[in-house]
Amino acid sequence: MAVVEMRPACKPGDYKSDIKPIWCPGCGDYHVLMSFSRAFAELALPPEDLVVVSGIGCSSRIPAYTSCYGFHGVHGRALALAAGLKVTRPELTVVVASGDGDGYSIGGNHFLHACRRNIDMTYVVMDNHIYGMTKGQPSPTTEPEFDTALSPGGTGLRPFHPLVIALASGANFIARCFSGEPNQTAAVLVEAIRHPGFSFVEILSPCVTFRPDEREWKNLVHPAPVGATNDPAKAARRIMTDDGFNIGILYRGDRKPYRPAVGQAGVDLAELERDFEL
Amino acid sequence: MEERDSVSVAVVGSGGAGALTAGNFLLEAASLAGWQGLLSRTVGPQIRGGEAAALVRLSDRPVACLSDRYDLLIGIDWLNADRFGAEIEVGPRSLVISDPRGGELPAGVAAAGARIIELPMKEMAKAIPDGRANMIALGVIARLVGLSIDVLSALLEKRLADKGRAAIEASRAGINAGFEAAAGYDFTLRLPAPKPSSARRWLVSGNEAAALGAIRGGVRFAAAYPITPATEILEWLAPNLTKVGGVLLQAEDELAAINMIIGASFGGTPALTATSGPGLSLMIEALGLATAAEIPLVVIDVMRGGPSTGIPTKSEQADLNIAVYGCHGDAPHLVLAPQSIGDCLFTTQWATYLAEALQSPAIVLSDQFIGQARAAIERPAEIAFVGQRVRAANIAGTYKRYALAANGISPMAIPGTRGGQYTADGLTHNERGIPTSGERDHNAQLDKRRDKLAQFKFGDHWATREGASELVVITWGSLTGTAREAIGRAAGDGVETSLLAPRLLSPVQPEQFAAVIAGKARALIVEQSHGAQFHRYLRAHYDLPPEVRVLNRAGPMPIRASEIHRAIMEWS
Amino acid sequence: MTVAAGNPTVASLADLFAVAYQIEADAVERYDLLADQMATHNNPELVGVFRDLSRAEAIHRDEICRIADGIDVVAHAQRMAKWNRGESPEAASLGEAHYLMTPWHALQLALAAEQRALAFFQSVAGSATDPAIKKLADEFVEEEAEHVNLVHRLLRKYPKPADNWSSDPDPPVSQE
Repeated sequence: MAVVEMRPACKPGDYKSDIKPIWCPGCGDYHVLMSFSRAFAELALPPEDLVVVSGIGCSSRIPAYTSCYGFHGVHGRALALAAGLKVTRPELTVVVASGDGDGYSIGGNHFLHACRRNIDMTYVVMDNHIYGMTKGQPSPTTEPEFDTALSPGGTGLRPFHPLVIALASGANFIARCFSGEPNQTAAVLVEAIRHPGFSFVEILSPCVTFRPDEREWKNLVHPAPVGATNDPAKAARRIMTDDGFNIGILYRGDRKPYRPAVGQAGVDLAELERDFEL
Repeated sequence: MEERDSVSVAVVGSGGAGALTAGNFLLEAASLAGWQGLLSRTVGPQIRGGEAAALVRLSDRPVACLSDRYDLLIGIDWLNADRFGAEIEVGPRSLVISDPRGGELPAGVAAAGARIIELPMKEMAKAIPDGRANMIALGVIARLVGLSIDVLSALLEKRLADKGRAAIEASRAGINAGFEAAAGYDFTLRLPAPKPSSARRWLVSGNEAAALGAIRGGVRFAAAYPITPATEILEWLAPNLTKVGGVLLQAEDELAAINMIIGASFGGTPALTATSGPGLSLMIEALGLATAAEIPLVVIDVMRGGPSTGIPTKSEQADLNIAVYGCHGDAPHLVLAPQSIGDCLFTTQWATYLAEALQSPAIVLSDQFIGQARAAIERPAEIAFVGQRVRAANIAGTYKRYALAANGISPMAIPGTRGGQYTADGLTHNERGIPTSGERDHNAQLDKRRDKLAQFKFGDHWATREGASELVVITWGSLTGTAREAIGRAAGDGVETSLLAPRLLSPVQPEQFAAVIAGKARALIVEQSHGAQFHRYLRAHYDLPPEVRVLNRAGPMPIRASEIHRAIMEWS
Repeated sequence: MTVAAGNPTVASLADLFAVAYQIEADAVERYDLLADQMATHNNPELVGVFRDLSRAEAIHRDEICRIADGIDVVAHAQRMAKWNRGESPEAASLGEAHYLMTPWHALQLALAAEQRALAFFQSVAGSATDPAIKKLADEFVEEEAEHVNLVHRLLRKYPKPADNWSSDPDPPVSQE
């Protein structure tokens, strides 16, 4: 008779490590960490079966603050690393954490292809419209008139629109959240993780140190006027016309998640030599 | 009738002439008949229709390099063949077969004093329905070399099966026509009869051998971004990895490829990618990450002409510096280099084993010449090197991923292992893997990563060592075989020379090297690098004999056995 | 019964005890987190303030378990005390924290937290149809009102900080 190991019910506290975050008090990422813990607890996933993969930046520090497996990789490459991991260990739950710099600038190309590939994983970008870790340079989502040392007077560039890019590139689930609503965010993360394929969740997460103006975000965010659609054309129209503060699940697609052809391991290595035999 | 120990044949043609196909068939047929051989090629820059030459050397014994001169040069046409220049050299004892409607002979060929016979191959081919000039050429070669037309014919059946009966018959007719036409030539290139051998033989390229070596070593994940001349490794792996339960994922760029294999390896799967110089440059940052986080992986760099985009279709040995020194910070890792087409299998398999054992990235420096050349070789023996990393299991208490151990190797917890959760990091970390900027942990981990490599017993495979003479030729990679041939010629001239070719370039092996060099008075260093990277690397890490000469050159012309032979003789 | 959408449904005494417990437990956790943040960011005075607030909430939390006599409040809370919109009312607002914050700021956070908790119980009491639930909810209202008063009194001890309270002569430091 099989022995089923009883595990105690999962609590959010089970997913926090003993390491104290270096994030500034007031940073939205503390709430995001809370949302992660709550979502993981809701899904009742054993921490050893969860991997949080990140790049470089304040947001990317999050893996070590969880009690799951983690990979704090190099700048912009978290999605690629996660792809190699998930494809070889499909039974693990893989969550990728990034920021607007790591994810949309240096990581931009990998973002496109991750959406296109539609491997089953969840991509969480903590967007604070600034490069925080390196002290306040504009990121691809920074407003064009925002003055910084690196771009005096503002970049004058139209901000990157990650949700539109994700939709166009094939992401199978698209949502926007606000860190200041951690329970709502947790609920969205639960759905994102459950949804097959590539789930993209952008979390607006204010930077208290370099964007004190983002305190206003709590007054600007509002629920998306309509629920999620599975029609990319509808989703495109809604996402392209929103004010950047629509909160909720915006798109839920039907693409089958990527599954590479994996053969049986039964073939003798000697078979492979046939190619060469004279 | 003069017997030679090897015959070198070049077939030149352009615009769909099929010179390369003729070369492939020649090598395969000769191999089936029992000979050994090597096929390389040289091409113009066009994707299709460009000038191309198949370069074949056949012998009754193993062939490691091409010869200096071609005994037989067949020009289906000579369009743009000047471009090959000195790469295809003929001399007074060579035979040149030229299609009169194929354009002007290259100046070098015309002036070489070779015997020139005109043969209207294109016209002869037209007389055969669906006939092709390259089959005519093949028939001529078969007659002159003494290759059985039956063997060729049987090969056609196999190789052209998917093209249909008409194509097979047309090719057969072409070969017969060429065979007949050459009957009257007063010129033979007869090889000694093949030595009977029960050994199983393969016809394989270095790239294919490397790919199989990876699988034998335990690789079950590959990430792929195409680049000349490495793509064949990945294309062979794509279906074959699947057959053994593995996966290949095409990446959007080399930055993704290297990070994908890090992810797969972190998850417990031995992983590999293959690239060339420009791709390796892109991968360097992530190689540093893998070194710092102690993640096993293998990157095959099939070196080509550099720097930058360089000469993608030619060989050089100038990626040594970036392979050994490319990472920022102090990031010691494994660097190995195969020495022949067959050795690509062993070295890649060994590299996989070492990477897993030492939890380190391993760069395998192959090159365009051995990567893309095909040879008939004896089937490489199976060897007991299969990657097996030390895994953490039954973890109690706080897990220390990077625990300081006597041999520097700390058990690695694989995701899914309860209690083993840790965050792998490129940030400097302590034994638990928690980022730190303190002196004690930084130095302790640097020591750990250096010492785990330095104290490992690599055994005899670290280098090829032959001979006892006080004059030693020191070389590496594909020049090993060339050097061996030169040493053989010098021995025939009464000059004994020893050979040292490291297969393991990093970590350095000072004791082993010193043991070989003890008693050596003179060293001739031979390498295909404009900046003499290998010489400088040896000087940086090893004590060399009192007298040193360096024979170094950039590509595209491979250093020839005759040049090494001359350098040995001039120094004796 | 249910109050605002997104708040837990209070349909029984057990529910109300569980929710009240959870509110205090969440407050304890939040003050502990803030104390940790202040410790990491070298503001020892605020470490003390937040630890004191945490201890006070812990006393309230444990008191609810005691008076809930016979009900497994903790287990029940784990099952049903969940806020879908906004946060647990008495959890101090994380977004308002600052590494140079003063005790005055901390108490402002505590005041707002207590006021939110008070408003929550007022709405439960106002919409309860079961007299027993209404009675208990009224008691919690009185409790929270007392806490609000307490925080006001504590605030008398701390003057409002000067306008330049958050100015730091040192610039931020880049870590990566």
